[in-house]
Amino acid sequence: MDHVILTSMAVLGGIALISAIILYLASKKFAVSEDARILEIDAVLPQANCGGCGRAGCHDFANACLAASEEEFGNLNCPVGGHPVMNKIAAILGYAAVEREPTVSVLRCNGTCENAPAKIMYDGVSSCRIANHISSGLSGCPDGCLRLGDCVKACPFDALHIDEATGIPVVNEEKCTSCGACVRICPRQLFEIRPRGKNGRRVYVACRNTQKGAVARKNCKAACIACGKCAKICPEITVENNLSYIPPAIDAERFGTELAKACPTGAIVATPENADE
Amino acid sequence: MNNLKTFSMGGIHPDKYKITTASLIIDAGLPETVYIPVKQHIGAPAKILVQKGDKVKVGTLLADSDGVVSADVHSSVSGEVLKVEALESGSGYLENMITIKVEGDDFEPSIDRSEDISREIPYTPEQIVQKLREAGIVGMGGAGYPTPIKTSLPEGKKADCLIVNGIECEPFLTADDRLMIEKAEQIVIGAKIINKALGIQNAVIAVDENKPQAIEALSKITRTYVGVNVQTCATKYPQGGEKQLIAAVAKREVPSGRLPIDVGCIVQNVGTVFAIYEAVMKNKPLFERILTVSGDACRHPANYRVRVGTPVSYLIEKSGGLSEETAQVVLGGPMMGSSVTNINAPVTKLTSGVLMLSDKLAHKGDETDCIRCGKCAMACPMGLEPFLIARLMRAGQTEDLRGAHVLDCIECGCCAYTCPARVPLLDYCKLAKIELKKKK
Repeated sequence: MDHVILTSMAVLGGIALISAIILYLASKKFAVSEDARILEIDAVLPQANCGGCGRAGCHDFANACLAASEEEFGNLNCPVGGHPVMNKIAAILGYAAVEREPTVSVLRCNGTCENAPAKIMYDGVSSCRIANHISSGLSGCPDGCLRLGDCVKACPFDALHIDEATGIPVVNEEKCTSCGACVRICPRQLFEIRPRGKNGRRVYVACRNTQKGAVARKNCKAACIACGKCAKICPEITVENNLSYIPPAIDAERFGTELAKACPTGAIVATPENADE
Repeated sequence: MNNLKTFSMGGIHPDKYKITTASLIIDAGLPETVYIPVKQHIGAPAKILVQKGDKVKVGTLLADSDGVVSADVHSSVSGEVLKVEALESGSGYLENMITIKVEGDDFEPSIDRSEDISREIPYTPEQIVQKLREAGIVGMGGAGYPTPIKTSLPEGKKADCLIVNGIECEPFLTADDRLMIEKAEQIVIGAKIINKALGIQNAVIAVDENKPQAIEALSKITRTYVGVNVQTCATKYPQGGEKQLIAAVAKREVPSGRLPIDVGCIVQNVGTVFAIYEAVMKNKPLFERILTVSGDACRHPANYRVRVGTPVSYLIEKSGGLSEETAQVVLGGPMMGSSVTNINAPVTKLTSGVLMLSDKLAHKGDETDCIRCGKCAMACPMGLEPFLIARLMRAGQTEDLRGAHVLDCIECGCCAYTCPARVPLLDYCKLAKIELKKKK
């Protein structure tokens, strides 16, 4: 009996020893050397994996930060974490942080149920991307919001919801991290990432319709008709393709209310709504 | 049971609703204005040659083909060009259209308007292709692929089988059926013309068994023509699909992502073949077509000969007006056609029907959960798994869609038709195709 026990112990022990040696050698040979700072950066990042930075996820972004030179680092930005997070990463890497203006997503359409009443019935799939392929939509505006909420489903931060009264999505400024998921999903490119502005003061054209004024107005009361009144107030505003565009750099505090008041259709939106009261 | 030819994979048997089989083709007459889109085909839009105020005749060239994959567009009426600008099409999107106010009915003198049948083909293959190009002929089955490309062989390819598609498997539509009954000989000569252009000896006119009159009419004619035969096929949807028809008639399979010519086949719709006959023998450009106005909410269903550019609303008025039950107006067949948001949209070279459907047929009912019964996979004539494609699409896993071969989808709608849970499978397949093409 002793003999059997001893033999089996010796055989198993031998196998264990050989395996241990193989494992040791393999771990040496195939070792992945990872910079310890990656874990530190990972810990600082929001771990939302939203892809807002343009990378596959937070870990990928951490890798990119590490690989970047100080100059390149200035171009990287985590839109979710914003300046505080980038500051911390800069501290880990020993770089100087670059101050960035906080941004927010805005909806460039004001085609509410009231402004752009529905002309047809749609009983297909509740998805903007499918509806966009089938027809110009409920109101008939070929560039307007389809009101089916693909952006709401795509938002990883619950910052969008469809307003039941108006039918169009509303951005919750506090929750929005300007990750750009809505920009990417909207089949009509209605979202734009713009600077939040001092005290939330922004001004933009809430319309992307490039039809001639009279045609656009037939479908939507709040359509931009490219009358050019805004461009007279502020020469930096461009009017092209029957559509006016207010560049994000414009001084919203100075021009905002004036522009919104001058717009005859109400296509120009200035926030907050009660800025002057 | 029966051993008629058909394709083996998938397919469905929707209700036929062929209520206009017995009604003769009537001339729809001239509307007050026509709106002629410059893009009625696959490929580049044609270059506009006319401007506001120009006087045109029936058959005048309005827009010239721009590049190889494009087609000429001709005037379908005589009168004055009122506008050349983007107007709302059936889908509500803007398209460039030429608006012409109708004045009289003057034809270009080159067009032979006699009813006599010309039987001799005095042209060389190159001349035939040139004539088709000048006449702006496109595939009238629905895809609108410019015909001159299909009738000239690409280098190194050989065709040995011409199939004339007289299947018309969509419910309601009877335009091709009536055309085969009334213009049988012209279609046979048209097939001979394509044969000559391609250097093929034989042509098969495939007709499904629910068109006995057409089969009889064609069989009578083909007795006197060597090399043209009529092939009766079993009735199944989507037998009129190019790949399905080749599988049924020639027993060949077109590989994924390839064209019928790669297996030596050419398929032409009977409407196109008739247009080819008229273009080559009568010098007549493609400016009118036969279409069916029908539907369960249509007061007076009929088959019409309609000028391209005629507003859909004109045809609706002609058929007794828009009835109260109408819930949806569809251009094309009920399976593959598209519902319009604007009934002033024009009829194009590709419109095979105008259907007025009641709520009963138009409304699909609410979607419930997929129970994985597999009916969609059984019905798919391309052997795809629509339920899987829909799930991938909903989950946003677009990178896996290529593996599901969604680009092979022919958008026939068998999956959505057969789904007991009324999942809009076809919509997801279409979306998947768009997303994949975007990524390329």
